[in-house]
Amino acid sequence: MAEKEVRANNIISLESVRKQYGKDTVLHDINFNVQAGESIVLVGHNGAGKTTLMKLMLGLTRPTSGTVEVLKGNPVLSTAVEQRLSLGYLPESVAFYDAMTGREVLSFYAALKGASQQECSNLLELVGLSDASKRKVATYSKGMRQRLGLAQAMLGDPQLLFLDEPTTGLDPLLRQHFYELIDKQHKKGATSIISSHALSEVEARANRFVILKKGVLVACGTLDELYQQVSLPTRINLKVQAGQASVVAERLGSDARIQKVNELDKDGLTLLCSKQEKMPLIRYISNLGEVVQDMQVIPPRLDEIYSYFMSGATA
Amino acid sequence: MKMIWILALKELRDGLRNRWIASAILLLATLAIVLSLMGSAPTGSVKVSALDITVINLASLSVYLIPLIALMLSFDALVGEFERGTMLLLLTYPVTRWQVIMGKFAGHVLILFIAIFAGYGLALLFMVVMSGGDFAGWQAYFTMMTSSLLLGAVFVALGYLVSVLVKERATAIGSAMGLWLIFVVLYDLLLFGALLLDKQQVIGQKLFSTLMLISPTDSYRILNLSMSEGVSQSAGIAGIASNAGMSTELLLSVMLLWVIIPLTTTLYLFQRREL
Repeated sequence: MAEKEVRANNIISLESVRKQYGKDTVLHDINFNVQAGESIVLVGHNGAGKTTLMKLMLGLTRPTSGTVEVLKGNPVLSTAVEQRLSLGYLPESVAFYDAMTGREVLSFYAALKGASQQECSNLLELVGLSDASKRKVATYSKGMRQRLGLAQAMLGDPQLLFLDEPTTGLDPLLRQHFYELIDKQHKKGATSIISSHALSEVEARANRFVILKKGVLVACGTLDELYQQVSLPTRINLKVQAGQASVVAERLGSDARIQKVNELDKDGLTLLCSKQEKMPLIRYISNLGEVVQDMQVIPPRLDEIYSYFMSGATA
Repeated sequence: MKMIWILALKELRDGLRNRWIASAILLLATLAIVLSLMGSAPTGSVKVSALDITVINLASLSVYLIPLIALMLSFDALVGEFERGTMLLLLTYPVTRWQVIMGKFAGHVLILFIAIFAGYGLALLFMVVMSGGDFAGWQAYFTMMTSSLLLGAVFVALGYLVSVLVKERATAIGSAMGLWLIFVVLYDLLLFGALLLDKQQVIGQKLFSTLMLISPTDSYRILNLSMSEGVSQSAGIAGIASNAGMSTELLLSVMLLWVIIPLTTTLYLFQRREL
């Protein structure tokens, strides 16, 4: 029962999807579901199959075997036209009709999606291209093209956003602005699938991560779920009374629960321990008394988890 | 239908923006006017109107020029968008692939319509004014314009076929030029060459007519050279053709088939194309 209910909420569902280009298999047996309102980040090395996975979900290419379902339909069929009304896509290194102005490009796409001219003006304003809208796209910088790309992806208030490395070429301020726009769309209930190499950037922003390696889905889950799957040490930073660092280090160094002790300076040190030993160790350290003045527990970050999965530690 | 119109309008705007349409109008009008001035010389002895002579001259020229213009317009239509990456984004919009093809086709035919009717139309106006309001033979002239548009449509469709088949733009240009050479020059050359070598007369009139008929450019020629009484009298081959039972309907149907077959083949290949 419960399973069926979950399935009914799936906005995207991939079952045993395999994709082959000639003799090269670029995706192996991919299974994963996305529910409405989720924010998914696809990570993986170059050529891991992120873009191909997106193209499959967009219906630009068909799977060699397996089934892809998006918004309750097969995206490669001509009937998927209905679904595409509520879909926005920003391709990796987006290309436009260079001879047209920014405004003309956006108006053309708006017409296809049945969006109004007013919406075009609003979006141009939102991405900060109002002043440049009368200029030919050929004169745009990479960042400006990316912003125009984002504007077109936002046309028609999409329920499902596919963004392929959306922040490359954007300066830090624009990146922030960009994520605000995505968040706004999320608040309206939209779902997003973002592929990115900027792990620190997306770490706090996605509720689920999909890690691809050579066309294989090696991990999928929330940051916490991924953390449970890996055997990466947790870091504990301690601040101790001045000059006591070596004393504490010596005392902790003999403790079998601690993998490694690093003395940073005369009042700071860093410990590494497994996630199972984390809580007992925290209790133990709390009991050391006045000598320990502050403690910070730092779980493995996304980039560390990512490196773990990429290093071939998994089957 | 709305989608096709939006896509067609984009092509039309592109044609206006890059001055493509303006140049084509200028080219066609100038050529037509020059030909009409040159063509008026032999009118004296033969009793045909100046317009009829111009139709013959213009049709003979258009058979080279219109396919060239149409191919230049169409060879890039698909491969260009694949190569630049704009097709990728376009196909994630609520348009079907056949709408993309039909939209482009409608846009390009519209561009040709404007270029041909404005260009040749201007020339017609010039001739009528110069001859002091002599409209005689306008029907043949009108047929020439309409069939020129159809000839253009044939080569737009053939250009798409090239555009969907090749992988790179450079190959598309080469292939389009090759196509032009075959359809406009080589086919006739081979046909007449075979006829000259054929001492035993293996190629009968029937086979010869059929071989002429299946070529879209020859169909166009025959259609225009046999159109009016005045024209067919002054054009050599036309008499033969009209005697061989080639009705205007038949000739037009052949040309129409040359639009439909490449266009549907393009559509089929485009549907199967993965991006």
